[in-house]
Amino acid sequence: MNPDFAFLVEVIVGGLLSGVMYALVAIGFVLIYKTSGVLNFAQGAMVLFAALTFVSLLERGLPFVGALAATLAVMVVLGLAVERAVLRPLVNQPPITLFMATLGVSYVIEGAAQLAWGTQVHGLDLGIDDTPFEIGGVLVSRFDLFAAGVAGLMVAALTAFFRYTHTGLAFRAVADDPFAALNAGLRLPRIWSAVWIAAGLVALVAGLLWGARLGVQFSLSLVVLKALPVLVLGGFDSIAGAILAGLIVGAVEKLSEVYLGPFIGGGIEGWIAYVAALAFLLVRPSGLLGLRSVERV
Amino acid sequence: MTEASGNALLRVESLEARYGGAVRALGGVDLHVGAGEIVVLVGGNGAGKTTLLRAVSNLLPAQRGQVTGGRITYAGQDVGRSRTDALVRRGLVGVLEGRHCFRALTVEENLVTGGLGRGASRAELRTDLERVYTLFPRLRQKRAIAAGLVSGGEQQMAAIGRALMGRPKLLVLDEPSMGLAPKIVEEIYRSLTTLNREAGLTLLVAEQNVRLALRHAHRAVVLENGRSVLEGTAASLRSRDDVKTFYLGAGVAPRPGALALA
Repeated sequence: MNPDFAFLVEVIVGGLLSGVMYALVAIGFVLIYKTSGVLNFAQGAMVLFAALTFVSLLERGLPFVGALAATLAVMVVLGLAVERAVLRPLVNQPPITLFMATLGVSYVIEGAAQLAWGTQVHGLDLGIDDTPFEIGGVLVSRFDLFAAGVAGLMVAALTAFFRYTHTGLAFRAVADDPFAALNAGLRLPRIWSAVWIAAGLVALVAGLLWGARLGVQFSLSLVVLKALPVLVLGGFDSIAGAILAGLIVGAVEKLSEVYLGPFIGGGIEGWIAYVAALAFLLVRPSGLLGLRSVERV
Repeated sequence: MTEASGNALLRVESLEARYGGAVRALGGVDLHVGAGEIVVLVGGNGAGKTTLLRAVSNLLPAQRGQVTGGRITYAGQDVGRSRTDALVRRGLVGVLEGRHCFRALTVEENLVTGGLGRGASRAELRTDLERVYTLFPRLRQKRAIAAGLVSGGEQQMAAIGRALMGRPKLLVLDEPSMGLAPKIVEEIYRSLTTLNREAGLTLLVAEQNVRLALRHAHRAVVLENGRSVLEGTAASLRSRDDVKTFYLGAGVAPRPGALALA
């Protein structure tokens, strides 16, 4: 293979794989936004909280599986508590009120994490070797591939859940028309609880992968800022959109860093996703796969 | 209101309701629906029919509205204290104005959602689905199609079917004829009256098409400007001159308060 071309493929593959990580965070947003119309700004704090809890439990001598199970339980409780204590009393309030509430929750969670586990930076080793290996002349990160595999499994599990279970059907009904769902006798509070638990679990997965990549520290909650352009691009209410947009954003970031960076200066990676999202907003405000209403023409 | 209201399934007493704390939508509604009855609620646009029916299912809070006076009781219990899903489980099920199908879900999935609230088992759901398909055979053919893609009449049937999946005792329908071809409307009303006759299903129906409503109902209540102004058997209302003039199309649009003064 032409070395230039191989390098291009390498950049794209690297971008796509890191895009999977963005999609992981974005999916947590989508779950809650779809069912309750809340843009949960606290998703990033939940990611941090999950990673920090897991690392701290490991450091206190719990075995890997034990720490994972305990963190899982903590995230379930956290998700339920936020839904019950903050969002349920605010039901039927305007979206901006709910958004501000989640903003507040996000700081409370960060503060609580700090109180409970301290402020130092932790390393997180999931036991996956991060040496790159070669497929057909292209170097691929073993860790990124693992992350993509985990994300794929999680999406498959979520999809099966929505498609084949009654709770999943209720979730889709609420996402489609909340007022009709209320009228049809669906127990909305239960569905919201389920969704917050799911968002907590997604945050756990994202927290472990991101934590292993960046180290577990407070800037981890800023991964929300990586997820926002993904949401704009993919549509706030589409899981498939979040994945697709995550991949696009990842590839665009890496490509522009490598090929535009030398001309404009480095650090493009930090903001190019926002430029892409803004440009996209002008063309298709509801995102790639967002809110396509099903209607006869 | 009347002597027969002693053992009513649904009773509405001097009901007042507002939206956003300021806009008065209902200002004194009294009515009752006895078990096994078909009662229609007639009145023009803005008379308060939809608000009343939403209050009956305790849906007003979701629309930033609230009941500010009077009360509604269903089977002897205060509706204002029950969540909508609890009312559905006790047999008070509504069909919303404008159908409100889950557009991205298939027709069959729409129907199934109606049985989820009461925690129906898969076997019960199958039985109930079969019952709905027998009532509305068109739905069986369209079962796997997204509800947003079937015709308006089929959507209305799906919405009614979804409500029936909740095994209602009292079915509350808001303008089931809206925007539909007369033939379809006839089919829907025939199905509803059959359910009433054979299964004893009680019906409260808001309807703008007064002629249609009075033909199928046992009793009617006339709503004007958020008040109930007239109540009687369908036959007696059909023969009243003022009702004929204002609602059965003698060429005069109903003036606000016209019947209240009559």
